[in-house]
Amino acid sequence: MRKIYSRINEITGNVVTVNADNIKYGELAEITSAHGKSLAEVIRLDGEKVSLQVFSGGRGVSTGDEVKFLSRPMQVSFSDNLLGRIFNGRGEPRDNGTHLTENMIEIGGPSVNPSKRIIPRNMIRTGIPMIDLFNTLVESQKLPIFSVSGEPYNELLARIAMQAEVDIIILGGCGLKYDDYLFFRETLEESGSLSRSIFFVHTAADPIVECLMVPDISLAVAEKFALKGKRVLVLITDMTNFSDAMKEIAITMEQVPSNRGYPGDLYSQLASRYEKAVDFEGAGSITILAVTTMPGDDVTHPVPDNTGYITEGQFYLRNGRIEPFGSLSRLKQLVNDKTRDDHRALMDGMIKLYANYKETLEKKAMGFRMSDWDDKLLKYGVLFEDELMALSVNIPLEEALDKGWEILAKCFTREETGMRTDLLNKFWPKSEG
Amino acid sequence: MTNIGSVIGVNGNMVSVQFEGDVSLNEVAYVVVGDKKLKSEVIRIKGSRAEMQVFEITKGIGIGDKVEFTNDLLSVELGPGLLSQIYDGLQNPLPQLAEQCGFFLDRGVYLQPLNRDKKWKFTPHVKPGDSVARGDTLGTTPEGIFTHRIMVPFNMYDNYKVKSIVSEGEYTVDHQIAEVEDDKGNVYPLTMTFNWPVKKAIDIFIERLKPVEPLVTQSRIIDTLFPVNLGGTFCIPGPFGAGKTVLQQLTSRYAEIDIVIIAACGERAGEVVETLKEFPELLDPKTGKSLMERTIIICNTSSMPVAAREASVYTAVTLAEYYRQMGLNALLLADSTSRWAQAMREMSGRLEEIPGEEAFPAYLESVIASFYERAGIVKLRDGSIGSVTIGGTVSPAGGNFEEPVTQATLKVVGAFHGLSRERSDARRYPAIHPLESWSKYKGLIDVRKTDYLRKVLFRSDEIGQMMKVVGEEGTSLEDYIDYLKGEFFDSVYLQQNAFDPVDVAASAERQLYILDKLLIIILTHYDLTDKETSRSFFNQMRQKFLDWNGSKFQSDEFKKIEAELQEMIDANRRESKEEIKEKFDKLFSDN
Ligand SMILES: Nc1ncnc2c1ncn2[C@@H]1O[C@H](COP(=O)(O)OP(=O)(O)O)[C@@H](O)[C@H]1O
Ligand SMILES: [Mg+2]
Repeated sequence: MRKIYSRINEITGNVVTVNADNIKYGELAEITSAHGKSLAEVIRLDGEKVSLQVFSGGRGVSTGDEVKFLSRPMQVSFSDNLLGRIFNGRGEPRDNGTHLTENMIEIGGPSVNPSKRIIPRNMIRTGIPMIDLFNTLVESQKLPIFSVSGEPYNELLARIAMQAEVDIIILGGCGLKYDDYLFFRETLEESGSLSRSIFFVHTAADPIVECLMVPDISLAVAEKFALKGKRVLVLITDMTNFSDAMKEIAITMEQVPSNRGYPGDLYSQLASRYEKAVDFEGAGSITILAVTTMPGDDVTHPVPDNTGYITEGQFYLRNGRIEPFGSLSRLKQLVNDKTRDDHRALMDGMIKLYANYKETLEKKAMGFRMSDWDDKLLKYGVLFEDELMALSVNIPLEEALDKGWEILAKCFTREETGMRTDLLNKFWPKSEG
Repeated sequence: MTNIGSVIGVNGNMVSVQFEGDVSLNEVAYVVVGDKKLKSEVIRIKGSRAEMQVFEITKGIGIGDKVEFTNDLLSVELGPGLLSQIYDGLQNPLPQLAEQCGFFLDRGVYLQPLNRDKKWKFTPHVKPGDSVARGDTLGTTPEGIFTHRIMVPFNMYDNYKVKSIVSEGEYTVDHQIAEVEDDKGNVYPLTMTFNWPVKKAIDIFIERLKPVEPLVTQSRIIDTLFPVNLGGTFCIPGPFGAGKTVLQQLTSRYAEIDIVIIAACGERAGEVVETLKEFPELLDPKTGKSLMERTIIICNTSSMPVAAREASVYTAVTLAEYYRQMGLNALLLADSTSRWAQAMREMSGRLEEIPGEEAFPAYLESVIASFYERAGIVKLRDGSIGSVTIGGTVSPAGGNFEEPVTQATLKVVGAFHGLSRERSDARRYPAIHPLESWSKYKGLIDVRKTDYLRKVLFRSDEIGQMMKVVGEEGTSLEDYIDYLKGEFFDSVYLQQNAFDPVDVAASAERQLYILDKLLIIILTHYDLTDKETSRSFFNQMRQKFLDWNGSKFQSDEFKKIEAELQEMIDANRRESKEEIKEKFDKLFSDN
């Protein structure tokens, strides 16, 4: 039974209200205005007053426009035909391909029973030493990339998309700049990765409400693939735009803001998306990497702050590098004991020395005298930054480990590294003594 | 007669209902959606309109949908078989749910919390004709290593005579084990289980006592500097990644306590999984049984429905109180109370209540206070003593402790274990700040010793700050040594290696023993002529002490390292052994 109404009572921002009955919470409607059709979703019921959030926005909607309720919630088509395709935030093609209508699935489904989860156990190799060696990405992990705007976070995501050892990549764009969208498309096309990728892209020029759908659509599709045994990597950029879209709707709905205008349920909203990351026993997995730009480089801003409480660590992107301090993969211990004997020790040892280098830099800046040891550290810090930390470095884990030893040997004697004797015997480069 | 109502509004997880007849606050009702019934709780009543929080996703609810009220308040089922269970916030057993529904938490599926088929060996403790009242023991049954008391249901408020009681034997929880009769001749059949509303504290005891006995967590910095007492409360605020969850996991494993209830409240599911998978395999050294046998996990993680998150801490504390009624000591660990407070905030917003600071409801403080008030040590009617200790983590926005939840919590708890970003960045775990944290409880260690050590730390910190400005060159040797002593205390005693199988847990005995050695090291004057030798001396001492921490208490290795430590002290001290002993006795001895 489809009901059609032709009287809109209120239009505020992107939310309209109509009087209607027999409507379900979360149901979709189609609004036909002079500017075309738009989907809308029921976000509040109060007696016969129905509030709808209009996907294409409230602008241009007239009180006389027709509202047709569809008796179904938001859905997206799911099949292998999605691979290589590009859609917008509503799940409609943005690549001139065919409209997919087969096998529609609901988005924003229930969460996984915690007792069915398993302890993560597989590393995902990316070819980026600051990840593989120092903050290993683990299958089913959820990690944000905290970044100041202007940092090359989309380049980093694109590289991970091309190189990560997974079956399927789903890219969710939230408020993506059009140029960045083109960049992703071209990069993946050139590298031949597009055929294993699916894009759901909301660009900055698209209606804001559509931005809200992107994580849910991406993750619903990811979940289905994972249940079919695929290892899916979901990349989202940028969750701060998503949060800002939520803020906008909350303010329109006159919700009391909790912190800098964001709604009180920001944490729960973000968590219900990030917690979709999972490793299904006997099937596939979902791993999530999501850019979170930090307004004003402030990690205590509500979006990065709430995110940090939800995710399993974070990558800090600063000065074009993944910062060794602050960056953390909380799951790395689960996998880095199974890679190579020297992995953990080298990871800890190199970071400790790098911390000493930073202290020396401070002392130097304050004009204190530099000792021999300080000079060694200064040399070490620069080599570490150039040869391992730079994002341009693209080598497998084993090569990165060898490179680490090489750098140590160029700067220090064996004893000065503080590494265990058995490891020194096995891995210390021969030529340098 | 139960009431029927109908839905007149839906806003997120809040549903408004029109009803007739009587409805009570906190009553449970079900919203009927298609073939599903969604559990809800009444949270406000105005005339014939009730607002309810729905414990499930509300998608698909429509105006006019039927609502069935139950007459019952939101309750948990109490009885044998609660231990080692894994429940969601409403006491739904999650593993059984998975057997039925698979990977996902399908809404509207509610299973019985206790196993209905298992037989329990029941031994009666009363005979026909005995007088009993609520909470009195009718009989007992072994539950793992504990003696589980089967009690007169707590919601039976009269005096009763036992009319019949079954003889010793094996019965299921639903089997009638007794009949009791009130003055008016009404007869009540009783089984081994009954329900109790979670938001009501169980109040059956002669008196509440003052918490005085240390609860040994085996974390040195806690037991020595910021102790917790049985029946007390403590909180662990800290920014993300500072180590709140790890600290609670350690406590849940190593605390010397009977029962542990873990409330995973609105945080990562993955963290609970570690506990779920590891606990059954970890043995409690005291009992030789799996840790799971003393544990109940209440798991309402961040993506599970928010209203059930609010309920989950109450479910947890009610189960703790129940075991307290058996003369046991229960410890409730809630991670994180901030998520619970946020759940309240979300609901308060939907109710359009006047918001307080950061949009938290105005009643935030009183709700937090009355939650922690449910901790306590009590003398039960049979003279035995039972306790509930509550420890909650707090996740302050931006890591700033000046926010409403942290502040409201600090007002009511007995100990504050504040984690600092600075310490966790420096990998000084556990990252409890030794200068800012506090405890009002009495611990294992003589306060003269802890006061002395606090001064050592304070002084060392002061010198450390100064040195940042004037550099090492501008610091006197004497000050520099005081600085090193504080750092030494920090690194060999306050910090503890969670990955070392021995160091991870320090028994009370061990703490008492090594602390005296540490005090000797610190109060001794040494023949150290310059900063370089001082630093290297304390570095060597540190290395030795850390090795000592890694050796089993009183093992041969332990004794060997202890002797080596003593040699190192002897080789460098400026005073005689007798002088040091005299100094020690003067400071810390009673005569
Ligand atoms: N006691 C500890 N020993 C060693 N590492 C720790 C300790 N506490 C925390 N960590 C490290 O810090 C990370 C974050 O700790 P966690 O307890 O999850 O923080 P929080 O709950 O405060 O966000 C852990 O994954 C671990 O790597
Ligand atoms: Mg935590």
